[in-house]
Amino acid sequence: MAESQAPAAPAGSDGRAEPNHGLRIFLIWIVLALVADLLIWFVWYPHLPPGRMSESAEHQQLDIAVLALAAAPVMLFVWTYFGYTLVNWRHRDGDDDDGPPIFGHTGLQATWIGGTAVIVLAAFVFGTVELIVPAGAGAGEGPLPVWKPSGHNLLQVQVIGQQWQFTYRYPQFGGMESTTLVLPDNRPVEFHVTSLDVIHSFWAYLLAVKADANPNVDNVAYTTPKHTGGFTVRCSELCGIWHGAMFDSGRVTTPTAFQAWARATELREHQLGVLAALPPYALTYDPTVVPQLGQEVVKVAGITGANGYYYPPSDPEQP
Amino acid sequence: MSIDIEPEKAQEPAGSGPIGPRLARPWWMRPAMHTGIIGAILGYFIGHWLGNFLSWEYARNALSDMNDFPLVLGYVIAVVGWLAGLGVFNDLGRQILGKPVPAAEEEEEAFGGVARYFRFSLDHKVVGIQYLVGMIIYFCTAGLFAMAIRTELLSPSYHIMSSSAYLMVVGEHGTMMMMLMSSVVLGPFGNYLMPLMIGSKRMAFPRLEALSFWLTPAAFIILLSSVLIGGFPTGWTGYAPLSVQAMEGMDAYAVAFGLMGISICLAGFNIIVTVINYRAPGMRWSRLPMFVWSMVTVSFLMVLATPVLIGGMYLLILDRTVQTANFVNTLGGSSYLYENLFWFFGHPEVYILALPGFGIVSEIIPVFCRKPLFGYRVAGAGMIGVALLSFFVWQHHLFVSGINPEMRPLFMLTTELISIPTGFIYLVAMGTFWKAKLRLTVPMLFALALYFNFLIGGISGVFLSDVPADTTEHGSFFVMAHFHYTIMGGLIFAFFGACYYWLPKMMGIKLNQKLGYLHFWTMFIFFNSTFLPLFAVGMAGQPRRVFEYATNLTPLNDWVSISSFLLGASILIFVINFIWSTVIVREREVANPWNSRGLEWQVAAPPPPGNFEHIPVVLSGPYDYGVKDAPAVADLHPPVGVVSASYASAGTASTGVEA
Amino acid sequence: MSLPARIVTLLVAFAAVVAGAVFIVIHYLGGSLEVVNYAPEASGGVVNVVLQEDPQNNSASRPDWVSYFVQDPKTKAWVHTTLFQVPKNTRVNMTILGYDGCTPARNNYWSQVQGTIGGNVSVQQFKTVGQPLGPAKNFSVINTWSHCSAGHTFAIPSLDLYVPMASPNTLLFNKQPCSTSPCTAGPHSLEKFSFMTPDHTGTFRWQCFIPCGGGFLDGNGGPMQTLGYMMGNMEVSA
Repeated sequence: MAESQAPAAPAGSDGRAEPNHGLRIFLIWIVLALVADLLIWFVWYPHLPPGRMSESAEHQQLDIAVLALAAAPVMLFVWTYFGYTLVNWRHRDGDDDDGPPIFGHTGLQATWIGGTAVIVLAAFVFGTVELIVPAGAGAGEGPLPVWKPSGHNLLQVQVIGQQWQFTYRYPQFGGMESTTLVLPDNRPVEFHVTSLDVIHSFWAYLLAVKADANPNVDNVAYTTPKHTGGFTVRCSELCGIWHGAMFDSGRVTTPTAFQAWARATELREHQLGVLAALPPYALTYDPTVVPQLGQEVVKVAGITGANGYYYPPSDPEQP
Repeated sequence: MSIDIEPEKAQEPAGSGPIGPRLARPWWMRPAMHTGIIGAILGYFIGHWLGNFLSWEYARNALSDMNDFPLVLGYVIAVVGWLAGLGVFNDLGRQILGKPVPAAEEEEEAFGGVARYFRFSLDHKVVGIQYLVGMIIYFCTAGLFAMAIRTELLSPSYHIMSSSAYLMVVGEHGTMMMMLMSSVVLGPFGNYLMPLMIGSKRMAFPRLEALSFWLTPAAFIILLSSVLIGGFPTGWTGYAPLSVQAMEGMDAYAVAFGLMGISICLAGFNIIVTVINYRAPGMRWSRLPMFVWSMVTVSFLMVLATPVLIGGMYLLILDRTVQTANFVNTLGGSSYLYENLFWFFGHPEVYILALPGFGIVSEIIPVFCRKPLFGYRVAGAGMIGVALLSFFVWQHHLFVSGINPEMRPLFMLTTELISIPTGFIYLVAMGTFWKAKLRLTVPMLFALALYFNFLIGGISGVFLSDVPADTTEHGSFFVMAHFHYTIMGGLIFAFFGACYYWLPKMMGIKLNQKLGYLHFWTMFIFFNSTFLPLFAVGMAGQPRRVFEYATNLTPLNDWVSISSFLLGASILIFVINFIWSTVIVREREVANPWNSRGLEWQVAAPPPPGNFEHIPVVLSGPYDYGVKDAPAVADLHPPVGVVSASYASAGTASTGVEA
Repeated sequence: MSLPARIVTLLVAFAAVVAGAVFIVIHYLGGSLEVVNYAPEASGGVVNVVLQEDPQNNSASRPDWVSYFVQDPKTKAWVHTTLFQVPKNTRVNMTILGYDGCTPARNNYWSQVQGTIGGNVSVQQFKTVGQPLGPAKNFSVINTWSHCSAGHTFAIPSLDLYVPMASPNTLLFNKQPCSTSPCTAGPHSLEKFSFMTPDHTGTFRWQCFIPCGGGFLDGNGGPMQTLGYMMGNMEVSA
C-alpha cells in the first residue's frame, strides 16, 4: 500500500523532533489489518453466507471471504489514517496559522493510483475465475448459457414464476409439476427459469442460485447441491402486491429419496389426469395460447396492444 | 463569443420598460403560485376531458373500469397550465409580439420581499432558496414514507398496512427520493453559489433555471397524487411488464419521473453553459473550485442520461394509454428493453447523487484543515473518471436477469474500475488532512462522516460488482444498505454539511451551532445503526420490498426500525434548527465566518443583487491556504477597462479557455 | 416581515401540512376493508365459512370487477370484502358459491385440488337458488381447459391449499348471468371442501390463480391486485 511512501515530513516548527507519522500509521495499520484478515479467514469465513449447501454456494462463500480479506485492510487503512489525523492534528486554541501548503505529491499519487488499480484488477481476475469455474456462479445466464457444468447427468428443473407462486416442472419425469422444489444430492441441476406474466426472480438462497424469470424467456442457471436439508425459495424481484409473500420451501434429499418422490408424484399426477391436462413441456409458455384447445384464447377484434384483452370475464370464449 | 455578455451593461440601472406596468398591478394580479394553481386545475380538467374524448371507444376501458388516457393528459395539461399560470410563457409571448423583455438582473432588482420566492423568478439566488426549501420539503415527505416502511417491518407477519399500501409506500419513498433528490445539491447550492464561485453576475439561462425549479413541485404533487388513486406497485424502478399491468397510480409515476427528467436535464444545460461562458477573468479551469467541477460533471451526466429516462417513461405511457406493446414480451415487446433504458439512466443517476457530495466535501475540508486541497488535478480527474465510467456499467444491475452472460466479466471490470477514480477522492482528502489544523465545526463533521459512510458504501459496492457475490446480494437488503450508504451517507450528509457551511452566506443568518452538533451526532449514530445491520439482513436472505420476512430476522429488523425512527427525529432537529434560526431568531452572520478563500465568501452575506458590484478579476486559486504572500483570491474592484480588455483578449482565443 | 408576522405565517403553513396529512389518513381509514369474524361462530373445532364469487356485472359499485364476497355469519348479509378471521387449529368447512363463468387457467396445474381434507372437493350445480341440476359430486381435478368447467381458484399458498372453483352450467350462465352483485339468484355452482387452520396465529394471504382482471395485461391487474376483489387475507386468531 501507499502509506510507506508518505511524503517526507518537514521538521516540526515547535522545535522538538517531528515523529515519523507515516511509519506510525503504517505500524498501527499493519497490526489491525493482520488481525482483521486472520479473524475474517479463520472465524468469519465458515459462517459467511450463503453457506455451503451447494457448489455455487461454496464458491460464493469463498468469493465473499476473499473480497472481505481485500476490503478489510483498505477500510482499516482509511480509518486508521483519519483516526490518526483526528488525534494528532487538531487545531489548537490561539494558533491562527494555516497548515503547510502541500499541493500534491506526484510519487504518492502515482503509488495510490497504481495500488488501487492492482487491487481492482486482482478482484476482477478472481471474480471472473469464480464466475466461470462454478458454471456461472448460480446466476441466470439466459437462454444460451456460456458456462456449463461438466458431466451428462444433469437434472433439469423448470421454474415457472407467476403472480404469486413458483411451480417446478420436471421434464425428465413426464413433465410433472410441483409446488415444492425437491432436488437430489450431488447431481448438477439445470434450472430453466421462466415466467407467465411479469418479471420474478427465483432465489434459492442456500443453494446460491438467483435467476430472473422473464415472460417468454428461458433463463438457465446451474448448481450442484452438496448437502441434504431444507431451503427457502423467495422471489427477489418486485412482482406486484404479494411479492413479499411469494416464498416456498424446498429440500435436498438423497438420490434414492428423490427418485422415490419424483416417481410417486409423476404417478399420482398421471392417475389423476393432471399430466394429461398440462401443456406439453416447453422452454417458455405463451399463456394466451392453450395448446390442448389448439387455439388462441385472445380473440377480440380491434385490440392488439399491451393493454389488450385476456380472458374476458363476463363473456368467456367457449373452448 | 463572450464579448457580448454584459459585464458593463449589467451595471446600468434597471430599465423601467416592461417591469413598470407589472409592478403597478396589485399582488394578486401578478403571476405567482396562486395563478399557477388555478392554471393547473383548469389544465387538469381540460386534459381529462380531452383524454376521455379521444379514448371513448377503447374497449379495454369498459372492462377494466380504468382509463389511463384522460389521467395522463390531465396531468400533462395541468403542468402546462401550472407553468402558464406562473407566467413561464409570458416573456416568450412578448418576444413573439416584438415587445421588450426584461433581463434577469432587472427582474432581480424590481421585485423584493418574500413574495419573490413564490414567483417565477429569474434571479439565481431566489431560485436557489426556492430549491432549498423545496428539497427539504420533498426530503422530509419521502423520509416519512421511509418510516412507514420501517413501521410495517417491525413484525415479520403481522401487517399494520395492507400489502398494496405497503408497496405504495415503498414506491413513493423510493421514487420521491431518487427523482427529486437528484437536484438536492445542484438545485439549491449549484444554482445559488456557482455564479458567485466563478465570478458571474448571473446564470446563462435564467428562464430555464427557474423552469427547472417550477417543474419540481409539479412532479412532487403528481407523484403524491398517486396515493389518492391507489399508488403504484413497482417501486422506483418501475419494471415493465408489471408497470404496464398496474392500475392508474402508475401513470403518476411515469408522468412525474418524466417531468423530473426534463427538469434535471434543463438544470444541467444551464450549469454547463454558465461554467463554460460566464467565468470571470482569471477564473481558469485550473482555478475552478472543486464544487464547480462536481457541478459540471454532474450536469453532463444529467444532460446525457436523463433523455433516456424521459424516452423510457414516454414509451411506458404509450404502453399504458394507447396500448402499444414496447415492453410486453408476449406481444412482441421486450421487458429487457425497459430494464436497459431504465438502468442506462439509472446508473449515471446514482452518480448524479454521489458526485455533488464529493464536490461539497472537497470545498469544506481545505477551509477547516487550513491547508490547500491536496492533488487538485487528481480530484478533478476523479470526478471526470467517475462520470465517464458511469455510462459503461449499467448492466451490473442485470447480472441475474439472463441477458448477455458473456458480457458479465466486462461489466464486472468497468464497475470495479470506478473504484479507482473514487479512490482519488479519498487520496485527496487524506493528503489534505496530512499535518492539518483540523477545526471540527459542524460542516467539517458532516464532511468527515461522508468519508466514513461512503467508504462502507463504496467497498460494499465492490462486493456487488463481483458477479458470484452479487448472485447472493442482488435484490436483497444488502443492495438497499449499499445505496443508502452511498446516497444518504454520502449525498445527504454532504447536503447537510453544505447547509451549515453555506446557509450563513446565502441567508446572512447564523444557524444554531448547538443544535447543529446535536443534529450531526444523532444523525451519524442513528444512520449507521439503521443501515449497517441491513447488510447482515440482506446477507441473511431478505429480499427488498417484502413485507413478510423470516422470523429469525425479527430482532435485527426491529433494531433497524427503531434506529430509523430516531434517525427521523434527528432530521427533525435540523428542520427545527432551520426554521428557528431563519424565521424566528435571524441572528446576522458576518460575510466570511469561516475565513474561507472561496470567491463566494468575498462578498457580503447575503450577496447583494447582481452578486458583484463589478465583475471581479480572479488572481489566485481558491485553496491557497498557508501559502506565504498568496495574493487575494480576486480583485473585486478592478481598475476600469481591465475586465473589458480581458474579455477582449479571451475572445481572440477560439475556445475562450484561458488556462 | 415582523417577528409576529413570521410566526403566524409559520403556524399557518404548519396547520396546512397537518390538514393535508389528516386528509390522507382519513382517506385511508375511510376506505379500509371490513374483516368478517368467524371466530365466535366456531364450535367443537369446526367453523363454517361461506364465500361467493361474482362475475363482472353492472353492480352499482365502481369498479364493477369480478369479485369475491364474504357472508357475515350472523346477519347472513354479503359483505364486499376478502378479509375473514378464523381460529387456529380448526377445521374450516368452506362453502363457495360460484356465480362467475368459466376461464382457462394460465397454468393448468391449478386444475388439481391440493391441500383439502380428503384431497377432493364436492361440487353441485344449480339452475338458480334452490333448483339443483343434479346431485353433488366429488372431484380431485377440475380441468380448467376442458368442458369450460372452472372460473377461479381459491388458494392459500402458505398452507399448500389450492382449489379450483367450478363454474356454473355454461349454457345457463350465458343465457342469464347474475347481473347484480352480490348475486342472490341465477345459475351457480356450490363447492364445498374442508381444511385445517394452522397451529399458530398470523395473516395468511389467499388469492385466485386464474387471471381474471379483464382489460389488464395478462388479466392479472385490477381485481387480481386489489384487496376486496380476487384476493384477501385469512386472519388466524388464537
